[in-house]
Amino acid sequence: MSKLNALLAERILVLDGAMGTMLQQYGFSEADFRGDRFGNHTVPLAGNNDLLSITQPDAIYEVHAKYLEAGADIIETNTFSSTRIAMADYALEDYVEELNVASAKVARKAADDFTTKDPSKPRFVVGSIGPTNKTASMSPDVNDPGYRAVTFNELKAAYREQTLGLIKGGVDMLMVETVFDTLNAKAALFAIDEIKEEQQLDMPVMVSGTITDASGRTLSGQTVEAFLISISHIDLLSVGFNCALGADQLKPYIQRLGQETTRFVSAHPNAGLPNAFGEYDQTAEQMCILMEPYMADGLVNIIGGCCGSTPEHIAALAQAAAKHKPRPILQHA
Amino acid sequence: MPNPTFLTLSGLEPLVVRPDTNFVNVGERTNVTGSRRFLRLIEQDDLETALEVARDQVEGGAQILDVNMDEGMIDGVAAMTRFLNLIQSEPDIARIPIMIDSSKWEIIEAGLQVVQGKCVVNSISLKEGEAVFISQAKKILRYGAAVIVMAFDEDGQADSFERRIEICKRSYDILVNAVGFPPSDIIFDPNIFPVATGMEEHKTNALDFFKATKWIRENLPHAHISGGVSNVSFSFRGNNAVREAMHAAFLYHGIQHGMTMGIVNPTMLEVYDEIPKDLLERVEDVLLNRRDDATERLLDFAERVKGDTKAKSKNDLTWRKQELQARITHALVKGIDQFVVEDIEEARQQAKAPIEVIEGPLMDGMNVVGDLFGSGKMFLPQVVKSARVMKKAVAYLLPYIEASQSGKPEAAGKILMATVKGDVHDIGKNIVSVVLGCNNYDIIDMGVMVPPERIIETALAEQVDAIGLSGLITPSLDEMVYLVKELNKTGHNIPVLIGGATTSKAHTAVKIAPQYDHAVVHVNDASRAVTVVGNLLQPKTKDAYKATIKSDYDDFRTRFQKRSEHKTYVSLAEARTKRLKIDFESQQPMPPKQLGIQQIDQELSALVDYIDWTPFFRSWDLHGKYPAILTDDIVGEQATQLFEDAQAMLQQVIAGKLLKAKAVFGLFKANSTVQDDIEVSHNNQTYFFRTLRQQLLKSKGKPYRALSDYIAPTASGIQDYMGCFCVTAGFGTAELAKEFEARNDDYNSIMIKALADRFAEAFAEYLHEQVRITHWGYQPNESLTNEELIKESYNGIRPAPGYPACPDHLEKETIWELLQVKERIGVELTESLAMWPAASVSGYYFAHPEAAYFGLGKITKEQVQDYATRKNITIEKATQWLQPNLKE
Repeated sequence: MSKLNALLAERILVLDGAMGTMLQQYGFSEADFRGDRFGNHTVPLAGNNDLLSITQPDAIYEVHAKYLEAGADIIETNTFSSTRIAMADYALEDYVEELNVASAKVARKAADDFTTKDPSKPRFVVGSIGPTNKTASMSPDVNDPGYRAVTFNELKAAYREQTLGLIKGGVDMLMVETVFDTLNAKAALFAIDEIKEEQQLDMPVMVSGTITDASGRTLSGQTVEAFLISISHIDLLSVGFNCALGADQLKPYIQRLGQETTRFVSAHPNAGLPNAFGEYDQTAEQMCILMEPYMADGLVNIIGGCCGSTPEHIAALAQAAAKHKPRPILQHA
Repeated sequence: MPNPTFLTLSGLEPLVVRPDTNFVNVGERTNVTGSRRFLRLIEQDDLETALEVARDQVEGGAQILDVNMDEGMIDGVAAMTRFLNLIQSEPDIARIPIMIDSSKWEIIEAGLQVVQGKCVVNSISLKEGEAVFISQAKKILRYGAAVIVMAFDEDGQADSFERRIEICKRSYDILVNAVGFPPSDIIFDPNIFPVATGMEEHKTNALDFFKATKWIRENLPHAHISGGVSNVSFSFRGNNAVREAMHAAFLYHGIQHGMTMGIVNPTMLEVYDEIPKDLLERVEDVLLNRRDDATERLLDFAERVKGDTKAKSKNDLTWRKQELQARITHALVKGIDQFVVEDIEEARQQAKAPIEVIEGPLMDGMNVVGDLFGSGKMFLPQVVKSARVMKKAVAYLLPYIEASQSGKPEAAGKILMATVKGDVHDIGKNIVSVVLGCNNYDIIDMGVMVPPERIIETALAEQVDAIGLSGLITPSLDEMVYLVKELNKTGHNIPVLIGGATTSKAHTAVKIAPQYDHAVVHVNDASRAVTVVGNLLQPKTKDAYKATIKSDYDDFRTRFQKRSEHKTYVSLAEARTKRLKIDFESQQPMPPKQLGIQQIDQELSALVDYIDWTPFFRSWDLHGKYPAILTDDIVGEQATQLFEDAQAMLQQVIAGKLLKAKAVFGLFKANSTVQDDIEVSHNNQTYFFRTLRQQLLKSKGKPYRALSDYIAPTASGIQDYMGCFCVTAGFGTAELAKEFEARNDDYNSIMIKALADRFAEAFAEYLHEQVRITHWGYQPNESLTNEELIKESYNGIRPAPGYPACPDHLEKETIWELLQVKERIGVELTESLAMWPAASVSGYYFAHPEAAYFGLGKITKEQVQDYATRKNITIEKATQWLQPNLKE
């Protein structure tokens, strides 16, 4: 992946935007989610976006293509929830490998199609590894703060399964993202590190945390600096933050992160904060006005969008990114 | 990431060990092998107190928390997992990194799996060969932790300089080259062994450690050095004076040679500069192996200083030979007021103006006290004694100052302290006042039951820098909310401190802080008050601090509210159907020997055996169970001193009959109604106790309790009984306290109040026993020790209105009416229904064996409405009184 490193040294790379926001526009019904494959599945499947990589692969391809068209250098696989733990809600634990392979393949094909069209702008696929819906260092039971709904080993096993699927499907790199509990992320990194050693694989890994509110801490309570230290044992391509906050609120934390890390820095905030109806109404132009200072101030190497962002947002970001230099890599004395 | 050549660790916050970091202090009390108290807490599954031990360490300045569960009788994996999980839920503890300390790999791994931050593993070694070492190190790296490596290999523990560096070098090379471990994450423990053991081969133990430390720092780049310091003084067990000096000297030289962190008990550490020169010389001779007879000389010397620090401070008057400032400081630090007048007179004659004695020698001495207290080397009772000396000195100087017209000395700030309207409890408030006073704050103490408008008026008129509000009973919580709301209207930005037993960070954050545009801080112990007030008033940092507090509380509130949203409640009707159903048929209530009301004037001496001392120590900020606290590693000496002082006063009080103890109680016919009332008849009149029922959703089959469940329903046709009482030991307290205060003796003023409280509680315990054995007589053969009484190993309960089972203070009015409490024994109720005198206890008696204490928890508006109807009061009044228990 020296190609990637070389590119990152040259310019700011653009990550794609939200998958969920785009899929909403298709208005898929329960039957569409199920497809022929899961017609008789006992549990409702509507809302399981990751499943669409198997049942509606054309739609997923189309979304990827739109982001690539908009200028994204890196697209994320549709696998945010494709772990045994998150899929338990849909009783789809046994399909985890298939889900990851299918999602990786669809993204791979889209990226390769665009690279073939314009070899001067190579496109990359990053395997998206979400936080799951359980937390390893917080108790869901207020009466029993010592209780945990999931163990490190359960998380590690689930992440291992997901990572193997993503690699099999052909991703270029992996991203442990939307980290709200650092212990979950550490379990994912443990699994990835093991696999990389077993397969003698040199695969870049990105980590993107989530600052949940104005306190400037992760949901599990860590400051930016403590979060960074807690994941610094793994050789990472980049660290950054995504989700939860809009671009304006996220900026100071990206800045603090950049002051401490020698890795590349990524940022993909939400398109503002949701309105009372849960919709994001920050326009591409508005978001870009907020994001351009990230680039002008030399804070980022990889930039993109999270919840609420669309190909228009990414197109605007890509245009801006072309105008600015990437963040210089920090050298410690 | 952060500079790769620095050791970086994290809890919720980062810890970066930079080249200029002096020494990293590892908290070592949460270790079952090192602390008998902690072991006992873990064995007894008292994890709440165990967490307090951890919190004390953090508050005491530990930068890393060592946790060790290596004990044969404990399931180490389970204990490590559980305790670390609990720590993660306490942000004030989880703030600092954890050191996972075990000799068993499975316990280490269990610990690594539950902590999100970057920990330190303590420890691994080459003991079982390279293969095991490499595999463990690889895993530690993957879990993202730093590691302590013991100088230990297949042939055993390194005991010479050569073996130390050989093993450390080999370990380092394997870690860096074969495992890829970051060198800055490697911490060597090159073995601290005892010296002065009498064995020739132990003579160079300390020196070899120092030399190895230096060698490692020079030859193994970025690696750090740690060690367990107390080992070095092993042969002087029982002689703390020598041990403390050895630890201090060892650390001093260790740090000089490059030691960066260490496990050391701060109470077993003398200040290097304060070690007597002759002792230091002998200690260093031993540590550095400077002469052949070093051991013999230190042993000889040890025999002489064995007299132990305590005996020395009491009888040894050699300190009187020191120069004046040293004497004044000594008197302040040790709390000795015997010579203060003569010393101050001497200082006054030397000074240009009398005021300079305060600003100079006295403040210098108090600064030493402040530093020692701040660093956890002095405890609260000592500080209060220091204050007594200080006050005496100032009182002596005052006439001279007034005569010379030189004005009052500049104070660090002016703090208003008050117990809010309707509340009479002031022990905690007085302690905080004294401690702040010691730190050169000007205190305006407005006393108890202070109306809000007077507090605000005074605060504005006196231009105070902060307001401290205290309260013990639940209605005081609303008083504080009201006061802060009113204060906000004035537009001033005076910071407010909230303290007292029922206050909490949750209440402060959720109820009080939103009513005030400026800083509100919850401070529940005196030791934190100094830091908090300091931060609030510090001109450079106060704005930042206030902003942090505000955002911390906002954040806490958001999280708290998110948390309470999940709670579910059942309807009152459902809760009543699922009440506790006692089979009164098969266990018929026993009629009391004597029905009606009785009154007692009690001899104090009979109550002494019934005193529960644990809360007494707690009121002085000394935490731990009596009698174990007297021998506690950290606070034992102070606790013993305090206890001796308390005993002396106790004897005076009894001999001089200085306090009056009185009681009134009654036993009555009673039955419960379907609406959770208890109907009591006395002299052909009917009284109702309105009890409240739990509504918070419970697991299946668990009853929703109300106190009325313990009394047979009217419908059963069975006649049942209950009792109620009020005891007091408070008459005389206020007068005595005032006398002490007039003599500038806060220590004894607080002491008498704390003792009166203990007497009142003891009286309640004693009277309850008398009722069970004699007056009601349902357990005529009962014979329990005080310990068994404290553990409540008897049948029946005595819940008190205002406490968890019946949090409604309003029912006290019914008790007062029924027992004619005020008329008979003179105890009154304030407007917030606190009892006056404060050292009083009132409550109910329930006799049924199934009667147990419980907490009401939150209830719904529906029940408040129902309660108001039953009691025939307005819904507003009911809501006001039940506010703390009302569901959000």
